[in-house]
Amino acid sequence: MSEQQQSLADLQHIKKMMERSSRFISLSGLSGVAAGTCALVGAAVAYPYVYGRKDIFINADTGYQLAMAGSYRVIVYSWLFWIAAFTFSAAVISAFIFTYIKSKKENIPLWGTTAKRLMINVAIPLIVGGLFLVKLIQSNDIGLIAPASLIFYGLALVNASKYSLNELRYLGYGQLILAVINLKFIGYGFYFWAIGFGVLHIVYGTIMWLKYERHNS
Amino acid sequence: MINPIENLNKLFDSRIRLGIMSALMVNAEVSFNDLKELLDITDGNLASHLKTLEENSIIKVQKGFIGRKTNTTYLITKTGEKAFKAHLEALEKMIRSTK
Repeated sequence: MSEQQQSLADLQHIKKMMERSSRFISLSGLSGVAAGTCALVGAAVAYPYVYGRKDIFINADTGYQLAMAGSYRVIVYSWLFWIAAFTFSAAVISAFIFTYIKSKKENIPLWGTTAKRLMINVAIPLIVGGLFLVKLIQSNDIGLIAPASLIFYGLALVNASKYSLNELRYLGYGQLILAVINLKFIGYGFYFWAIGFGVLHIVYGTIMWLKYERHNS
Repeated sequence: MINPIENLNKLFDSRIRLGIMSALMVNAEVSFNDLKELLDITDGNLASHLKTLEENSIIKVQKGFIGRKTNTTYLITKTGEKAFKAHLEALEKMIRSTK
């Protein structure tokens, strides 16, 4: 190897070590595709309940009684709650699996300082956002739930990009733009939600996979 | 023409020391265990490289505790930062020189 090639290899090594030590880079594009697919399937299942084609309560009598009494327990009697919980779990689990596979393939430990740092910085906007969403539901501002969740998720992604793959920033921008448009079309949140959590994840994941992972698999 | 190799720091000849410096440049501090995982080397090997860098005032050691377990972290010194930046520039020059 010539001295020039040696220097180039050294610089590449330095760049790699800087990235590996400061960012969580095992995130797989396929995780995005999987999470997005779960979101779209969840949205399809939820559609008839959201738009009144099917009864929202699992047990209509108990459901309406609790709703009239203004009890929070009404939530667990609603199909939507279980569809949402199942969709979220499926998305997280499938996203985890592909990232786990990638970290094994690249021989980078999954859990470490970089993963911890990423988790904390994603959790801050998401937890605060979650509390805000609960308040929106309590005050019956249902139309704001979709744009608000897209806003907090978008901000979480922009924040995450500093601790993980830089491209997450663009996925975040996408969610934020959708949220702002949604504010103009309150009442269509369901569709914006499906585009943001479904389509954008799939598009992002596919691009990332093509860019970084296709050649290694 | 000056020979750019002269500016390359002998201390950063080894890939492992290069890795240590890279991690310390972009993190305020890095623990022994994280360095070990990052570079995938044995305790003894890592310790000897860290010792060399420390003796040349390139890095500083900080001993602390997490609960009862000792937690040794390393950080870069001002001298170290300067030396590493100069090394990076020298590497860049090397690449450009033959073009």
